[in-house]
Amino acid sequence: MDDTGGRRYPAKPARVYLFGTCLIDLFCPEAGMDAVRLLEREGIEVDFPPDQTCCGQPAHSSGFPDQTRAVALAQLRLFPEPWPVVVPSGSCAGMMRHHYPKVFADDPALLAEAQALAERVFELSEFLLEVARVRFSDQGPPARVALHTSCAARREMGTQVHARALLDQLPAVEVAMHGHESECCGFGGTFSLKHPAISSAMAGDKVEALKETGAETFLSADCGCMLNLNHTLQKRGESLQGQHLASFLWQRTGGQGGRR
Amino acid sequence: MNTQALRFVPASEFKERAAAAVADEHLRHSFRGAMDFLIGKRAAQFPDPVALEQQRALAEHIRKYSLARLPDLLEQLERKLTENGIQVHWAADPEQANRIIIDIARRHSTRLMVKGKSMVSEEIELNHAMADAGMEALESDMGEYIVQLDGEKPSHIIMPAIHKTKQEIARLFAERVPGAGYTESVDELIGIGRAVLREKFMSADIGLSGVNFAVAETGTLCLVENEGNGRMCTTVPDVHIAITGIEKVVEKLEHVPPLFGLLTRSATGQAITTYFNMISGPRRPGEKDGPREMHLVLVDNGRTQAYSDEQLRSTLQCIRCGACMNHCPVYTRIGGHAYGTTYPGPIGEIISPHMLGLAATHVLPTASSLCGACGEVCPVRIPIPDLLIRLRGEAQHDERPGHFPMLGQGAAKSRVIDAIWAGWAALYTRPALYRAFGWLATRFRALTPPMQSGWTVSRTPLKPAGQTLHERMAARKRP
Repeated sequence: MDDTGGRRYPAKPARVYLFGTCLIDLFCPEAGMDAVRLLEREGIEVDFPPDQTCCGQPAHSSGFPDQTRAVALAQLRLFPEPWPVVVPSGSCAGMMRHHYPKVFADDPALLAEAQALAERVFELSEFLLEVARVRFSDQGPPARVALHTSCAARREMGTQVHARALLDQLPAVEVAMHGHESECCGFGGTFSLKHPAISSAMAGDKVEALKETGAETFLSADCGCMLNLNHTLQKRGESLQGQHLASFLWQRTGGQGGRR
Repeated sequence: MNTQALRFVPASEFKERAAAAVADEHLRHSFRGAMDFLIGKRAAQFPDPVALEQQRALAEHIRKYSLARLPDLLEQLERKLTENGIQVHWAADPEQANRIIIDIARRHSTRLMVKGKSMVSEEIELNHAMADAGMEALESDMGEYIVQLDGEKPSHIIMPAIHKTKQEIARLFAERVPGAGYTESVDELIGIGRAVLREKFMSADIGLSGVNFAVAETGTLCLVENEGNGRMCTTVPDVHIAITGIEKVVEKLEHVPPLFGLLTRSATGQAITTYFNMISGPRRPGEKDGPREMHLVLVDNGRTQAYSDEQLRSTLQCIRCGACMNHCPVYTRIGGHAYGTTYPGPIGEIISPHMLGLAATHVLPTASSLCGACGEVCPVRIPIPDLLIRLRGEAQHDERPGHFPMLGQGAAKSRVIDAIWAGWAALYTRPALYRAFGWLATRFRALTPPMQSGWTVSRTPLKPAGQTLHERMAARKRP
């Protein structure tokens, strides 16, 4: 089950919900703000339900179904209007779109709610490309960037296709391919804490591959991967740093036009 | 011949071995190269993604259908094999399986058994049991021969000696094979091995083989191989013993080709193997070759536990192609020996808990970033990441109502970890508390601990931003 093809997209809406994700909330709020700005510039009003916390993915992937369910349930009813729910993270979007129905599979009423929500969940780059149907005008100097798509974004949301298509709208931006591009960066949530040796080896190989492209920056639509790679690069004293795709897109396309 | 081969090392020491493996540049380099080669070979066999999905869907369906009828199919298989003159034995665990095989071997005053490649024989550690009983069991698959010669375990289910360079094999042969000189020529090395094995095939009392597919309606055992050693093991010695897991049965002969085609393409990137043996009985009157006596040993060893749960049953769909390990970023970094189990990589992480219990293996399902590469390439579409998550949960909790306890159920339960997740859920289900936490974490970001468990081993510490997104969005609302 993925969104690499075949999903039917609605017409561009007047309003959307933003699910900001817990990592962006605490560590990368600017990326969340840039997502909002990109949406507003397209004439779409953004509603940010203040009671949102986390999609529940950390407990889900650690084998704690009761805690997953409790946290997922706390998000399930925060989006009562039939507006799209835009998520600036492929793995959190994948959790809400593909795993919520499984989390609530044993309760028909909640399952129906989860399925209805899942239908409205879009990863940010997917939404910008397929629903908002943006047409960017590139305002920046020539740049060479690399793209790292999180595994969940790639396999559950097809983000590598959507993000690349958005970047293709920027004529002065060259997207360099890196070695083993589809391979995991070693983040994996609690995996990076439980298996530091393996996770570090994976992160190390990924940053080497990114460096070899000669790109000035790399982009990711997932805050988790970006933190993993950026903090690995910092520890190694490297100057290369990654940027959230939303921030890069906002800056490249003029950085203005939305509400401040 | 080295009979003091390594015994299994406990999976509980996985972390120590994994850390040593990732620090081994040579191992990292050789596994990366080998896995890249296999990934490329597989990809070249599946140029059309739509066709591949159709083939996977069919293969998954055949395996699910076979498993849904497993008890009936096993009875039918036993009936048909018996009609064909093959004696069928049932083994609940490795001890029973070894006893059955050793009894047969003793009846024939066996000195030497030659073995075709069989992972189930690794699972029951047959070579050790044979050695303990005073009989020699010699591996005849070239990779298996090499690891046996060096007293090692296979590091991959399809390519057992993939961790070894040709220089290491050259030294090994020069040291351990009588009369062999040192050569790094791969053809000459294979020639040395073949010369030894040729003589052994002729003098062996028993040939042992695995089974890739057992066909219930015809009583046929299918064996997939490239070297011809499988055919030698199953036709030259007077007695042939086949051994396999109870899940390998399919109903009809026509179910084999779709699985066979995906198996070889997924495993080694071959459209077909050099040999495909269909064995349907011992030598019949008037025939000039073939074994005079044939046995099949059907091994459970934890498979019934997987079978009894609707979700975990999909573990048994596996046709042992190894594509999940070839594509696994964790396996690629640590190799097969780090796992300490017969089956390494993603398939090992989901099947070993049934064979060895969660007490010994609960660390294995955690050794995955859940990247999903394994599930994406699995030719029979086993949802491996979902099963990893499920097994993580079974290790952390008592059995759920309506479920049987797994062997080692709740082995990783810990009050500390339970308290952490209870606290986590309490925070993330209380929006006001959560926002207060965010406010405090950002205001006191200077106090963020510099050492953050496994994170800071190779990364600078995480530090919250100056303000949360919640605060910034709330501030915008006030004009």
